[in-house]
Amino acid sequence: MDLSYTAEEEQFRAELRRWLATVLPTLPTKPSPDDWPGRRAYDLGWQRRLYDAGYADVHWDASPTLRLIFLEETEKAGAPYVGAGFVGLLHAGPTIAAEGTDEQRARWLPPILRGDEVWCQGFSEPEAGSDLAALRTRAWRDGDDYVVSGSKIWTSHAEVADWCELLVRTDPAAPKHRGISWLAMPMDAPGITVRPLRTLAGSAEFAEVFLDEVRVPVGNRVGAENDGWRVTMVTLSFERGTAFVGEVVACRRVLRELAVEARKNGRWDDPALRRRLGALNAEFRALWRLTQWNVSEAEARGGVPGVGASVFKLRYSQVRQDLYDAAAEVLGEGALDLRAPWVVDRLSSLSYTIAAGTSQIQQNIVAERILGLPKGR
Amino acid sequence: MRFQLTVEQRALRDTVRAAVGRRAPAGSSGLVAPTRRSRTCHSPAPLSGMQVAGDSQLRLDRGMWRALGELGFFSLRLPEADGGAGLGLPEAVLAFEEAGRALVPGPLVATHLAAGVVPGADTGEVVVAAADGRLVEWMDEADVVLPGAEGAVAMRSVDPLTPLHRVPAPAPTDSVAVLLTAAEQLGTATRACELAVQHARTREQFGQPIGAFQAVKHLCAQLLVRVEPARAAVYAAAVTEDPADIAAARLLADEAAVRGARDCLQVHGGMGFTWESEVHLLLKRAWVRAQRGGGRTESEELLAAELTV
Repeated sequence: MDLSYTAEEEQFRAELRRWLATVLPTLPTKPSPDDWPGRRAYDLGWQRRLYDAGYADVHWDASPTLRLIFLEETEKAGAPYVGAGFVGLLHAGPTIAAEGTDEQRARWLPPILRGDEVWCQGFSEPEAGSDLAALRTRAWRDGDDYVVSGSKIWTSHAEVADWCELLVRTDPAAPKHRGISWLAMPMDAPGITVRPLRTLAGSAEFAEVFLDEVRVPVGNRVGAENDGWRVTMVTLSFERGTAFVGEVVACRRVLRELAVEARKNGRWDDPALRRRLGALNAEFRALWRLTQWNVSEAEARGGVPGVGASVFKLRYSQVRQDLYDAAAEVLGEGALDLRAPWVVDRLSSLSYTIAAGTSQIQQNIVAERILGLPKGR
Repeated sequence: MRFQLTVEQRALRDTVRAAVGRRAPAGSSGLVAPTRRSRTCHSPAPLSGMQVAGDSQLRLDRGMWRALGELGFFSLRLPEADGGAGLGLPEAVLAFEEAGRALVPGPLVATHLAAGVVPGADTGEVVVAAADGRLVEWMDEADVVLPGAEGAVAMRSVDPLTPLHRVPAPAPTDSVAVLLTAAEQLGTATRACELAVQHARTREQFGQPIGAFQAVKHLCAQLLVRVEPARAAVYAAAVTEDPADIAAARLLADEAAVRGARDCLQVHGGMGFTWESEVHLLLKRAWVRAQRGGGRTESEELLAAELTV
């Protein structure tokens, strides 16, 4: 058991810190959450700077520990989050890298790394949320094209995306996990309608996407026809593996800010509240240690994240909500003012036990795949 | 960063696991229900000879204690020149985790901390108890009680395997004792998870194993969701020895053990409520350990204070 870093890892951290200190003051002002073109420009601009500095492929090529250091340091320094680049960098990109042809890699990967193109995720449907394999969007062959009809939902960045990683049903007769294919769909193709959805936090964070006989070249299919489910599962574990590293660092910062605020407004004198913040400190310390444990385990196994990601996600999503509930207690009636700090974050935190697999589904995964309990009927 | 067990650490853990599990009858889960009446308490078999605490004095099995001494359980962190193994807190934590998993009775932490201070503690010849918070465990069976236990009053202990005395003035907290206790809690939490899963897989109701029902499945999943962060926190605290890390480890490990044992009991249904089932022993020991080192309050206050430095 060792929590120290190698000399190379420490050097990577030191160089990254130096670079962040020079580049962050030169960044433009953050756009408002509803300004999608502004958000696209801002996030891609950041990715371009990472590219120019040699950090663009840290999520792909670096060791898990270097990725951990990168996420830790960028969050600590207050650097922009991956934002609109999320699907391209952390999901579609790794999928294409692992399962695509040379031609596909050459076409799609460099623009993701350079920050030229944005991807969105066309997985969920109104009738296929947690039960993703129940998706119904159909694609049938017509010459060199697939013709796609159906609808997708909860699609972040759909309004400004260039590409959509789309799961479609290519064989309706096959069992539901088979008969699915993975397509790269250009978002400017005729027949696509994007309707933004307003979240309970007040902003349009994602969209519905309606597909009416959209033509997608067969050459845009990644992996074999009807093999899309396996192709998808290859990368979902990566998404869950390190997606929350930066967020844990951010939560620890919020917790310290809460303590400062509580001391300022007198709430710190309430022992129950103080102890609650202390208990949250324990939670986030433990989550950080669990992250380090999972990352070093992945490193030992050649970079593949383990099943521990579901355990992490269950605990983290709950504790994040606890954190912002504690923030509300620190704020008192101020917690009802949307302009107060942490209030919108509190609303947003409600999605964490739902998105990327609800807590109930994650508990089934933990019970069945890790603990070996029988599948229910 | 290599935050995983080394080959040597795995070997040590396996050795301790085998040693503290050796007395269990073959094929049992490691602990057996108390059926025979005798007054000696060793482990895991001691449970077979246990009786309700308070009915008569519970005796500590000196043979078991010396066997732990021979294993190096108490002298693990002593320098090799002093007859120890020269190992560190991470190794001690792994050993205590196994002791907690097997529910080994006795003042393990106090005797371990006395090795090198009280002659004979390192070899298991001398049993050392200590006042920790307001409690002294195993006072009547100890050869030495640190730092003394003036005014101690016997309690009728809720844990049938841990005789307790209450002392009027709280003893100061030792952070290593807190960490080793957290390691024991982690072991007990792990055991609770294993037992719950084992029962959920085999116990059938409505024509299928109860583990197929989501309500039961989710109880089991939450057992693991509490164990894993606790394990990471305990191991990390053993590496850093940072007081805030240790406080965090104890809070997570206490919760994992106490709530884990309760959920394990719930998964066992009516069987879990019986004396014959070992589940209540996990819960009661977890309750006793949760009182050490000033309890939750002290750790939470320490962690709150750390937020503002």
